[in-house]
Amino acid sequence: MSDHTSKQFDAEMETIRSGVLSMGGLVERQVRRAIEALGEDEDSRLIDAVGADELEINQMQMLIDQQCTQVIARRQPTAVDLRLIMMVTKIVNDLERIGDEAKKIAYKSAAVRGNDRLTRIRYHDVVRMAGGTQKMLRESLDAFARLDVNAAARVVEEDDDIDVAFNAVMRQLISFMMEDPRTIGAALEVVFIAKSIERIGDHSKNISESVVQVVKGKDVRHASADQIRAEVAGE
Amino acid sequence: MVTAMEARTQTTTHATMLGSARSGAIAPAVSDAPAPPLKAESRNLSFHYGKFQALKSISMPVHEYQVTALIGPSGCGKSTFLRCFNRMHDLYPNTRYDGEIVLQPDNTNLLADDVDPIEVRMRVSMVFQKPNPFPKSIYENVAYGLRVRGISNRNMLDEKVEQSLRGAALWDEVKHRLNEVGSNLSGGQQQRLCIARALATDPEIMLFDEPTSALDPIATASIEELISELKKKVTILIVTHNMQQAARVSDYTAYMYLGEVVEFDKTDTIFFKPRRKETEDYITGRFG
Repeated sequence: MSDHTSKQFDAEMETIRSGVLSMGGLVERQVRRAIEALGEDEDSRLIDAVGADELEINQMQMLIDQQCTQVIARRQPTAVDLRLIMMVTKIVNDLERIGDEAKKIAYKSAAVRGNDRLTRIRYHDVVRMAGGTQKMLRESLDAFARLDVNAAARVVEEDDDIDVAFNAVMRQLISFMMEDPRTIGAALEVVFIAKSIERIGDHSKNISESVVQVVKGKDVRHASADQIRAEVAGE
Repeated sequence: MVTAMEARTQTTTHATMLGSARSGAIAPAVSDAPAPPLKAESRNLSFHYGKFQALKSISMPVHEYQVTALIGPSGCGKSTFLRCFNRMHDLYPNTRYDGEIVLQPDNTNLLADDVDPIEVRMRVSMVFQKPNPFPKSIYENVAYGLRVRGISNRNMLDEKVEQSLRGAALWDEVKHRLNEVGSNLSGGQQQRLCIARALATDPEIMLFDEPTSALDPIATASIEELISELKKKVTILIVTHNMQQAARVSDYTAYMYLGEVVEFDKTDTIFFKPRRKETEDYITGRFG
């Protein structure tokens, strides 16, 4: 994208854009720590760190929203600038929600510790599913950084895999609970964790859809992955 | 009160709308309702000032009862294009039109040699950048075009002057001093007087050449409000340097550069997702 005649306008847009990327970096770290906390058996420092990230992420969300409001008030952005500003306010919202989910995962992880019967599923299937959503999050932030609609379309497709993995975890947990009702308490905690991981995937998908809106000017929020792929491939 | 029957009907309509959304089509950014009928159309219009070609084969529709804005950098030809619509260039030597501007419903080519420019200016009136009332009374300013047309009946003139001043949202401010000179009014009032003068001959198209660039923001807002009122009965073409103004008042926008129309589309499209990169660069302030 070429520069504005007003260098100050360019600087303001760049501040907002890089703000989103550093907020994204923080959220990624928070999610990573939350998933690590799931794997660790004793360490509560990770959980505290997730809580600390949360505060910073909330501050960044408010700061970036404020910067967007100021650009709208002072510059009356149009076309690609307008689309970027509108979508940034949505993207920071999604990032903040991802942060909330990460916090939930970290706090719930304490509740499932030491329950041997659930150890296998905790370590393997849930963590593998978490790896998938972390990848989606990273790719959606990359798509935003480069305004790359093809990468954004891939993220939308990956969300289907996460949904499949989530259903598999659910089925396993249901079998555990039927076999041994004493596991129900801990299994429900794992359900919440898996749900949070699945939600992170949904928010990453939202971010990617916002990227498509910035570049293409098309609202693809309720379109299928195939339709988005076609839209992105078109001129 | 809404009856149960009506409530159900409304629900059905709503459900139908939801249904079409659910069927998965990607919603268009702008409504794709059919375009309103044509009021005028320029066809391969070129224009020369001496040897300099100011307009290069412009073909563009003007939709009836809509506001069409012409935007573009200085010298791109937007005022030249606007002035072709009422043969304003005829007043200057060494100018040449090629192509046509066809006015509907009678399919008249405004630029044809056998069409009287005075008649064209009755049908297509113009409001200029700086308010330019005649050095006459408020009343006579508005009555001027009618007198040129040969109307001298006092009652008819009175009625038409009041109607035009009301149309220009000026009547209440001047009705007690119609005999004062027009230049005593404030800038915004003078501009509305010029609009009333332009309205008096019942034009089919009104041309506005940067009508608010000499006015303060409040007077500008009242002229913009007036334009939205006027478009109920007259088709409007407006040249403006103020992009936000084009976005606020127009239904269609043409972006012009170096004597060509680079992009013409619904204003909503131009300001949200223009098709051409040149347009996007200009309206986002990345030009030059």
